[in-house]
Amino acid sequence: MAEILSVGHLNVSLKKDTSRFLVRDVSFKLSAGKTTCIVGESGSGKSLTALTIMGLLSNQLIASGDVVFDGRDLMALDDKAMQQIRGSKIGMIFQEPMTSLNPVLTVGFQIGEPLTAHLGLKGLALKLRVESLLAQVGIPEGRANSYPDELSGGQRQRVMVAMSIACEPALLIADEPTTALDVTVQAQILTLLDALKSRMQMAMLFITHDFGVVSDIADDVIVMFRGEIVEAGPKKQVLEKPTHPYTKALLACVPDIQGKKTLKPIDYAWLDDDEVPV
Amino acid sequence: MSAKINQGNVILEARDLVKQYTQRSGRFGLGHVKIKALDHVSVALKKGSTLAVVGESGSGKSTLARCLLQLHPFDSGEVLFKGKSLSNLDGKELRKIRKDLQMVFQDPFASLNPRMRVGEIVREGLLVHGVGSQETQLQAVHEILARVGLSADDAKKYPHQFSGGQRQRIGIARALVLKPEVIICDEPVSALDVSVQAQILLLLKELQKEMQLSYVFITHDLRVVRHIADEMVVMYKGKIVERGAVDAIYQSPQQVYTQDLLKAIPGQK
Repeated sequence: MAEILSVGHLNVSLKKDTSRFLVRDVSFKLSAGKTTCIVGESGSGKSLTALTIMGLLSNQLIASGDVVFDGRDLMALDDKAMQQIRGSKIGMIFQEPMTSLNPVLTVGFQIGEPLTAHLGLKGLALKLRVESLLAQVGIPEGRANSYPDELSGGQRQRVMVAMSIACEPALLIADEPTTALDVTVQAQILTLLDALKSRMQMAMLFITHDFGVVSDIADDVIVMFRGEIVEAGPKKQVLEKPTHPYTKALLACVPDIQGKKTLKPIDYAWLDDDEVPV
Repeated sequence: MSAKINQGNVILEARDLVKQYTQRSGRFGLGHVKIKALDHVSVALKKGSTLAVVGESGSGKSTLARCLLQLHPFDSGEVLFKGKSLSNLDGKELRKIRKDLQMVFQDPFASLNPRMRVGEIVREGLLVHGVGSQETQLQAVHEILARVGLSADDAKKYPHQFSGGQRQRIGIARALVLKPEVIICDEPVSALDVSVQAQILLLLKELQKEMQLSYVFITHDLRVVRHIADEMVVMYKGKIVERGAVDAIYQSPQQVYTQDLLKAIPGQK
C-alpha cells in the first residue's frame, strides 16, 4: 500500500504561550485508497490537525513536527509552494457548504477555478471537464450555471466534493462534511465519497464526531482527546475492542438504534485522576 | 391521518393544525411561493410520557413546536391544553397557561441573554409570573440549579462562562423553575458532543420521573428518539406520515419514508 502522507510528532501551540499545546505529539500515516477517521469531541484538536496538514493554521498558532506528503516536507514549504499543492494534490471539504461557496459566482465557475489555476484548462475543455465532474457527483445536467443559493444543502455539498476532486488529488481531507446535512442526504454523500475514494485511489482523512459515520466509512480510526491521540488502529479493533479508557467511555455515550444500551456519561474527574496514559 | 385520538390522559393536543408561509423565491426574491409548513397536523401528548417529533430540515417540526406554544399564529386548527382550547385566550390568560408549558431551545449559545447573570435568567420566569416572595424565588432558583447539576456560585456568573452542556442545563433550569407540566424540547441535544448529549438525555429522563413531566421532543436524530421517547410521529413536508409507539415503528416501519429514514442512520453496515 503506497504511503501518501506521514505526520510525525506534530505539535500545535499558542504563539503567545508555547507551553500550552492544543495538539501534542500526533503521529499517523495515510495510504492510498484508505479512509482514516479522526474522532473526538469539540476541542480535541482534530480540526487543528487537519488545518496544520493543509498549512491553513491561524497566525496566532505555531506548529512543529513533520508533515511529509508525497516525499515532500510540507512544513518547510512557503505559502506559494503550498498553494500549488492545496486544491490540486490535496483536496479539501469543509462542514458548511454554504459558507465555503461564493454566493455571487455560479457553481460551474467555482468548480472550474482549481482546474484553470492548477491545470491551465480553458474554454471548451474546461466546460466539458466541469460537466463531467458534476455528473460524477450526481448533480443533474445544466446546473453549472446555478448559483449556490439555488441548490439544496446536499447539492451544495456535492458541488464542494466536485471542487475538491477536480484535480484528482492524492489526498482528500474532509472536515465534518456531513454534519450539517439531514441523515438521508448524509448517507448519499458518504456513499459518494466512498465510491470516489475507491475509484481514484485517494487517501481520505475524514474528521467527524459521529461514531455511526466512522463505522460506515472508516478503514482506520484515530481517537483524539485533549490534543493527543489516545488510541489508533483498524476500525474493527477500535470500535469493538477499545483498549483506552477514554475510547471505552466515549463509546458508552453513543445512543444505539436498538435502544438497548444504557447511556453512560463520561466521568471526566476519573479520567483526570487516572492521568491519561498515551 | 385521521384526527381521532384517544382522550384518556392526554395533556396537550393539536387538532388539524394548518400553517402556511409565503416565501420569496427566484433571483432577488421577486417571486413568491407558498409553503405548507403544517398540513392538517394532529398530535396528542399523554401525561408523563415523551412524544418525539421526527423529520428532516423543512419538514415542519419546529413550526409545530412553536404553534403548540402559541408562539406562532397558525391559519386553522386548535391546540388544547388539558382539554381547554388555547386559541381563544387573551394575552393574560395565555401567559398564565404558559407557566405550565415551557420550552428548551436548540442553541444554548443563542437562547440565553449574554448580559444577564444565570441567577437572573432562571429567576425571570418567577418574576414574570409573580410566583412567591423574593426569598422563596431565590430559594427556588438555587434548588433548581442544584438539581440540574450547577452550584449556587454559578448563579452569579454570565452565560459565556459556561460550556455548551452547562448552558443547556441552565436552559433546562429556566424551564423547570416554574414547575411546568409540559416541556417542549426543540433539538435540545443536537448542538452538543455525544458525551454531553448522554448527560443531558439522562438528566431529562430523571427529571421526567421526579416531576411527572411530559415532553414533546423535536429531533432529527433517530438514535436519540429510541432512547428518550415513548411515542413518535414522523413528519415529511408538513404532514405526519407515520405515528405510533417508538418500538413498533423501529421494528416495522410502515411507510417508505420512515423506512428510508431508519435505513439512513449511520453505523448499521
